[in-house]
Amino acid sequence: MTETTPVITVSNLIKQFGRFAALRGVTAEFYTGKLYAILGDNGAGKTTLLRTLAGLSQPTSGQVTILGAQKFRDVCHLVGYMAHPSLLYDEMSGLENLAYFARLYGIADSTRCSEPIRAVGLDPDLKRPVGQYSQGMRQRMSLARALLNDPKILLLDEPFSNVDIHSASDMVRLLAKTRDQGKTIFVVTHQAALLEGAADEFIWMQDGLIVGRTSDLKPPEGTN
Amino acid sequence: MPAPTGITRATLFKDLRLEWRSKDAINSMLFFSLLVVVIFSFSFDPNAEESRQIAGGLIWVAFLFAAVVALNQTWARELRNQVLDAYRVSPAPANALFTAKVLGNFFLVSLLEALMAPLFMIFYNLRALGPAWQLIPVALLGTWALVVNGTFFAAMSLRTRSREIMLPLLLFPISIPAVQSMVEATRIILSGDGAARFWIVLLLTYDVVFTTACLALFETVLQAE
Repeated sequence: MTETTPVITVSNLIKQFGRFAALRGVTAEFYTGKLYAILGDNGAGKTTLLRTLAGLSQPTSGQVTILGAQKFRDVCHLVGYMAHPSLLYDEMSGLENLAYFARLYGIADSTRCSEPIRAVGLDPDLKRPVGQYSQGMRQRMSLARALLNDPKILLLDEPFSNVDIHSASDMVRLLAKTRDQGKTIFVVTHQAALLEGAADEFIWMQDGLIVGRTSDLKPPEGTN
Repeated sequence: MPAPTGITRATLFKDLRLEWRSKDAINSMLFFSLLVVVIFSFSFDPNAEESRQIAGGLIWVAFLFAAVVALNQTWARELRNQVLDAYRVSPAPANALFTAKVLGNFFLVSLLEALMAPLFMIFYNLRALGPAWQLIPVALLGTWALVVNGTFFAAMSLRTRSREIMLPLLLFPISIPAVQSMVEATRIILSGDGAARFWIVLLLTYDVVFTTACLALFETVLQAE
């Protein structure tokens, strides 16, 4: 896949929940090796867009093409997803959690689970169950889980919420490093300032539509 | 593509490990069925012959109700922190998850039966007059029938608001043929009154049909929003 070929193409994407349209005809192309920050008020459609890209939500109409495939299942092993909840079992340690999820991706080598835990600044030997982690530690372990399968595309929903400023900065540095390795990263966040200087593009959403794409944090004209 | 058997094994061990640490399901099931045994034994005072006639019904109804507790727990664990979404975005096949959940529930309910059956025998002064070994296939096939459907319907009711109520509402009506087979087979074996073969074959057929149907439909249930 060349740099000019989009890794993700979204065309006229509509997602309705009953009579409420969370996405109202989103059309966009996203390229490899970029870090995209998706911004917007609550209810703008950011999480719905991310969940649709992650194959967790089926579009009402429109099309999503990821890495050339129209079926998410065909490329799911190349995508990492981090949601607002941790997607981890509270009763197990971080390493136990990752060892289990590694099996889902066919990763038999358990030593590979330690690498992402170290990368997010946590100790893989920590025996404490995840339920006893601080919220910030849980967020970082959740990011480690998303990085586990060495994905080409990372979809992150609010990765910095409840994370202290130093840890958040560390996470941003890790994301920038990951982007520099040729991965494409999407970050839905309300803390856009953290990504200033790291994000390649800011995607502004409002009322279920992309209303602007900027290279800095200055909102496009006409947005709230 | 990861091997389904490896994922089933990993998920099964993960579930058993979580259950070992929390003991949520097994404790609730044990206390519930213990209560049923004790309350029924106080409510009825049957002689040995009457016991043989009604014990099949009592035992299986108690196990059915107790199993619902475990079946609800199975998926509740996956809902906390939305862990199920992590499974849905992975390349792991849906049926590997379903099989692991069924096996885990089968193990727990069988463990419950192994612990509670001797108590039933003592409280109701039971002794099989027919071929007692036939109770083993009845128990295995009957338990499988309960957990395979129960696991499927528990997954189906996962996203409903009152899923604890939904599960029995969905599971009990569809389990009637299986429960009837279990009760009749158990009654026949305990009383030595005829042959249980017909009911065992019916139970086996029920298991094959519903296991196939559940496996065929589970991916749709898992991926439903």
